Amino acid sequence: MKYLILKHYRGGPAKAVDYPPADQWKPEEWDAHIQYMRDFVTRLQETGEFVDEQALAPGGAFVRYDGEGRPPVTDGPFAETKDLIAGWCVIDVESWDRAVQLAGELSAAPGPGGAPLREWLEVRPFYGVSAPIVG
Amino acid sequence: MNESLLRDLVPAVIGILVRRGADFASAEDAVQEALIRALGSWPDDPPRDPKGWLVTVAWNRFLDAVRAEASRRTRELAVAAELPPDPAPATDDTLQLYFLCAHPTLPQDSAVALTLRAVGGLTTRQIAAAYLVPEATMAQRISRAKRRLAGLPLDQPGDLSTVLRVLYLVFNEGYSGDIDLATEAIRLTRQLAALADEPEIAGLLALMLLHHARRASRTDSGGRLVPLAEQDRSLWDTRSIAEGVAILQAALARDRLGEYQAQAAIAALHADAPSTSETDWAQIVEWYDELLRLTGSPVVRLNRAVAVGEANGPQAGLAALAATDPGLPRYAAASAYLHERAGDLERAAELYAEASHAATSVPERDHLTREAARVRHLLRP
Repeated sequence: MKYLILKHYRGGPAKAVDYPPADQWKPEEWDAHIQYMRDFVTRLQETGEFVDEQALAPGGAFVRYDGEGRPPVTDGPFAETKDLIAGWCVIDVESWDRAVQLAGELSAAPGPGGAPLREWLEVRPFYGVSAPIVG
Repeated sequence: MNESLLRDLVPAVIGILVRRGADFASAEDAVQEALIRALGSWPDDPPRDPKGWLVTVAWNRFLDAVRAEASRRTRELAVAAELPPDPAPATDDTLQLYFLCAHPTLPQDSAVALTLRAVGGLTTRQIAAAYLVPEATMAQRISRAKRRLAGLPLDQPGDLSTVLRVLYLVFNEGYSGDIDLATEAIRLTRQLAALADEPEIAGLLALMLLHHARRASRTDSGGRLVPLAEQDRSLWDTRSIAEGVAILQAALARDRLGEYQAQAAIAALHADAPSTSETDWAQIVEWYDELLRLTGSPVVRLNRAVAVGEANGPQAGLAALAATDPGLPRYAAASAYLHERAGDLERAAELYAEASHAATSVPERDHLTREAARVRHLLRP
């Protein structure tokens, strides 16, 4: 079963830990954070559960069609109050419980002082490709 | 089996099929299929005459395709009837393929893909993996590119500048998957330099060799970017540097300067220095002036400002930066660096943080975030 783990720059439930932006951490704390993320992906690759991961830059805009012969309308950059996706990891695992367990591990990535960030991650199941065979 | 030896043969075999009367698009498809068969069967059963094997398999594949097409249209095609004698080998074929695949009418990503397949002898699957797109997407990109080229003769003089641009783009892609595109770009540029005696081809080859020589020092064991000033220069590949410098000197002696030679000259001055402080920055600034004159590029102007900062001090660098476009992707990063050198750490930290938000890759973002953290830590240890 495939699940999408979404990481947000902003949005989601109230932060469990109120930490400053990464450019205000100690350089070694930032290094440890990056290393943790890297190791997480390596582990998933080794267990055969990794599908894809991508990071998104904070820029961009909303775009919509605005009628024949007119250029699309854009609404951006994103407002400070807007939920903003930072990136995703797609995993292919045995169960919802396993997906939750892995997202929990990822959320334990260390921040200032080496303490887990306890960042909220969104976990979403993919629809399957075909209808299950019944009976 | 030496795969690069097999790949070397691909453009020549396409050339032979075209000379026998095949159109470029069909010839290229047929050779790609022969290549895939070779990759499968040669390891167990290597042919005595690899090129002859490829020509035969590709030509038969081409005839099959023509017959299938002909029977679909219920008419005979003359080309299927007899097997023409092989024409005299023409060394120009490969050169013409470089020009055709990088034809100015093609979008750049298509030109890159087609060059890697028809000139580089890579399979669609390998190219797709290297550019992280599905194989079907890459196959479609390549066939659309070939449709755009339909009817263009193979023997027209081409535009060298677009060829060099394509090779430069391939080089800059680095590597992901099992194909090292930087090495592949060097191979293709080296082959081009042997086919056409042009100082700018030599300049590009020298530039690639000089950059490639520093690759091992550019990231640390954790995958982190290491800036030039902190690179372990003992990791630099001195043989590659020596070759790059020799090629560059021979090119410069011909007195037909171009942008790749000027860029290679800057890379050579870096490669030659035991440390950043012992680098001949005054001469680097002079090369940036040449480069600016040749290209008028805003990015060159930005890089020049950083070099001016090293040559004449950070204030001079900031003055030069003031004349550049603040909208450039690396403007904030350059400004942060110069402000730090000028002792304005508060501003430097802000600018590094700003630069990290404008970064165009994850390693660059991570590096700039760390730079911001480092400078803030200097302020408040």
